[in-house]
Amino acid sequence: MKVSEVAKALGLDVVAGVAGLDREVTGGYSGDLLSDVMARAKPKDLWITIQGHQNIVAVAVLTEVAGVVVSGSVEPERDTLERADREGIPVMRTPLSVFEVAGRLHKLL
Amino acid sequence: MPGPGAGTAKAGKPRVFAADLHVHTALSPCAETEMSPGNIVGLALEYGLDIVAVTDHNSGANARAVSEFAAGTGLVVWPGMEVQTKEEVHLVVLADDLALLEDWQELVYRHLPSRPNRPDVFGEQTLFDNEGRVTGVLERLLLTSVDLSVDEVRREARRRGLVCYPAHVDRPAYGYVSNLGFLPPASDFDLIEVSSRLTLGEVKAKLPSLEGRTIVISSDAHRLEELGPARTWLHMGQPTLDEFRAAIVGRDGRKVEAL
Repeated sequence: MKVSEVAKALGLDVVAGVAGLDREVTGGYSGDLLSDVMARAKPKDLWITIQGHQNIVAVAVLTEVAGVVVSGSVEPERDTLERADREGIPVMRTPLSVFEVAGRLHKLL
Repeated sequence: MPGPGAGTAKAGKPRVFAADLHVHTALSPCAETEMSPGNIVGLALEYGLDIVAVTDHNSGANARAVSEFAAGTGLVVWPGMEVQTKEEVHLVVLADDLALLEDWQELVYRHLPSRPNRPDVFGEQTLFDNEGRVTGVLERLLLTSVDLSVDEVRREARRRGLVCYPAHVDRPAYGYVSNLGFLPPASDFDLIEVSSRLTLGEVKAKLPSLEGRTIVISSDAHRLEELGPARTWLHMGQPTLDEFRAAIVGRDGRKVEAL
């Protein structure tokens, strides 16, 4: 399934990295300690987090996740959005909690 | 960016000061109640420390008590704070004087959720006077995050001329690296604190990104038994924050030496 299809199905608001919306999603990972995400997230996972710092984009590039869902109404920093646009990493916002996003994504995949 | 006193560092030939720049008092709920001004100052002197920075979680409310208790003892106390950003990253902030720290505290309190501490869960937040006596407890919860990002805290601290750097980056909790994956460029943070739990060689092997930055080793003492051995050697003309700024960048023969 594509990132754009997941975003539509879960009602996620795409706020940056539109160029990457065709990326393939095959799984998911949730975590807010970026050191942990770097070690455990797999390529094509959709990463669900409450961190909005620009380092999430670097970690997304490194782990080759499909995109990042910044959940719980957290507002990603401006630097994060600029960097995500440059890298073509989709960043999506939602008022849903990490639990809700993960549950819905799991059902969808 | 030059600090307020940049260029004044020429005063005096440098000598070496033993400094522990990260010490909690009993105000930090996770610190033991024995972390009183009297015990901290007494122990620091016994271990031959010249400078101690008081850095409680999100508050500077005991900095004056420790500072005034130490007056005349030979120990210099730098007022500071350990701020917890919204990424749950701990940053040490040091101020030139108590007035600047109090201004900083006002900002931090504005950005700290206003909820009462639960001493049964987190521990007491004990306040002292300048004779080291307990005067009461701080009611608001300190053990939480301000709603400011690491970048916002860093920029605001710099704007006010305060020294600000990531705490215990080698640790698995509340560290810049554990929470945000890796360090920002040295232009953001040229000064980094590592804990005294590993040797400097071990830390550098674990974190190659420390290369090219100035490093301090601090105790992060929450208990008396953790205070004393940990130190960084500061080569400065005077035990002032202004001289420390010169030492961080290696100006005028000043330097920071972590062994």
